[in-house]
Amino acid sequence: MTAPARTTVPAARGPMAEAWDIFRRSPAAMLGLLLLGLVILMTVAGPFLYQVDPFEIVWAPLTPPGEEATIPLGTDNLGRDILAGLIEGGRATLAVGFSAALITMLIGVVIGAYAGFYGGFVDDMLMRVTEFFQVLPPLLFAMVVVTLFQPTLINVALAIGIVSWPQTARLTRSEFRRIRTLEYVSAMRAVGAGDGNIIWRVILPNALPPLIVSATLTIGMAILFEAGLSFLGLSDPNVMSWGLMIGTGREYLLDAWWVVTLPGTMIFLTVLGISLVGDGLNDAFNPWMRER
Amino acid sequence: MFKAILRQLLYVAALILAVLVLNFLLIQLAPGDPAEVIAGEMGGANAEVMAAIREQYGLDKPVLTQLALYLGRALQGDLGTSYFYNRPVAELILSRLGPTLLLVATALAFALIIGTRLGMLASRNPRGIASALVTVLSLVGYSAPVFWTGLMLVILFGATIPLFPIAGMIDVVKQGGPLGRALDIAHHLVLPALTLGLVYLAQYSRLTRAAMLEVLGADYIRTARAKGVSERQVFGRHAFRNALLPVVTVAGMQFGTIISGAVLVETVFSWPGLGTLAFQSILARDYPTVMGILFFSTLIVIIANLLTDFISRLLDPRLAGGR
Repeated sequence: MTAPARTTVPAARGPMAEAWDIFRRSPAAMLGLLLLGLVILMTVAGPFLYQVDPFEIVWAPLTPPGEEATIPLGTDNLGRDILAGLIEGGRATLAVGFSAALITMLIGVVIGAYAGFYGGFVDDMLMRVTEFFQVLPPLLFAMVVVTLFQPTLINVALAIGIVSWPQTARLTRSEFRRIRTLEYVSAMRAVGAGDGNIIWRVILPNALPPLIVSATLTIGMAILFEAGLSFLGLSDPNVMSWGLMIGTGREYLLDAWWVVTLPGTMIFLTVLGISLVGDGLNDAFNPWMRER
Repeated sequence: MFKAILRQLLYVAALILAVLVLNFLLIQLAPGDPAEVIAGEMGGANAEVMAAIREQYGLDKPVLTQLALYLGRALQGDLGTSYFYNRPVAELILSRLGPTLLLVATALAFALIIGTRLGMLASRNPRGIASALVTVLSLVGYSAPVFWTGLMLVILFGATIPLFPIAGMIDVVKQGGPLGRALDIAHHLVLPALTLGLVYLAQYSRLTRAAMLEVLGADYIRTARAKGVSERQVFGRHAFRNALLPVVTVAGMQFGTIISGAVLVETVFSWPGLGTLAFQSILARDYPTVMGILFFSTLIVIIANLLTDFISRLLDPRLAGGR
């Protein structure tokens, strides 16, 4: 008997490392990551580099960008610094966007997981609830909730989460229905693993890729949602946000384009970054779907 | 078949009931006196009106009795009174329904017709110009807030190239017969419908492209080609008809978000529909109107879902026999 020939086996790589490899090679995805990074950097580091209170009146109202050296992006209808508003406003917008997406994922994944795993009566009941929330026009429902209760950042995030979870629940459910019939799940059951264990430790990690993509897109959607609510004047009036800036600048639109164009561009670039990252993640997790 | 329809109707009835219960719960859960919520904060309701509301809604009675009273009234079409507009809410909503439906239908038709064509064009060459256009369009359509796109169009067409009116539905100054009136409304409709339609145009073109690429790989397309069907026929009939199904399903499922988009677009262009009414009544804290609009738009979504179901069955005979 001879010893087996030694071959160099490439180090085993996890699926996440492989996905990152694909992600990294997509220029669109990297552009998205860059955009998102810049926006986050601006909102985090901005307040230290540019110390102007966004609510303070600093100059004549509606000063165009570039006219006054100390106020690079001009002022709004009250004479408040637009650049300071963009920096400060990004924080509220991103915070609401991320927390709303978190709430959406929490509700959606739990309901979808139970519906998909148990099937039958549990599934029927949970899906009826999901369908009910799906017929509510999201923005109108959020408008009602925010008006009846106080328009604090938490309530806004909650309202967005409550109207957005059905899609996540449906996606989670279909993933769970697919995975629960696979052999390794039966194997776990044969070993005596409990339902909770199988749901959260066995199926969920395997259902993660599409859920991560969906979570990314949910953040983008939540940011647009928050912007819409604050545009209508339904967000916390004491917190600067991009949507609020557009809402207040709207009346001066024809005399002062910059008041609405600049914060809108920020929202656009942020959500664009997020959706590019989402598309990149989608391609990275499903390489065979790339043609679409 | 009859049984299926009956089941559908029961299901719809249950949904409507659930929406009403939700409305009732929201009023109960809101901080403060429910009578105040029903009257609306700035409705100018005096002590007399408040007493009448307490009496009418049975606010001194147990919660379940209140719920029964509320449901009974709502099912008779009584959605309460707007003390801000001093009119019954149902009447107020019906007077604003037309413009909203006109806006939504136009935007949807525009998005569906152009979007599916564009998607089909793009599917002919997955790496061609049309495909690139669809990709860019869908990214922009997804990422730009709809109200902002509207405001940008206002700047473009209000200040730079004044081609289309940027506010309202009818020019008061303009005279003319019914035709002149229709043309005037159509002229005002261009920008709001374009704004709302662009979002969905972007989605439907991407969806059509993906569906076409999937369908074109199917066996029956190969069969059609093998038996000598012209490429035009393969694309236009065999593939397109089948690719349309997911688009119609998504369009129907999205009706709620389309109405939400309409709220924002109407606010931007002062379009006199349900959206502006919702916005104004929220500013006025006119809760009965706001709740009424929520209920009514949910009804519209339910009806739209039923219609989508019906259209899907027409498009795909396999669905017709029930599942």
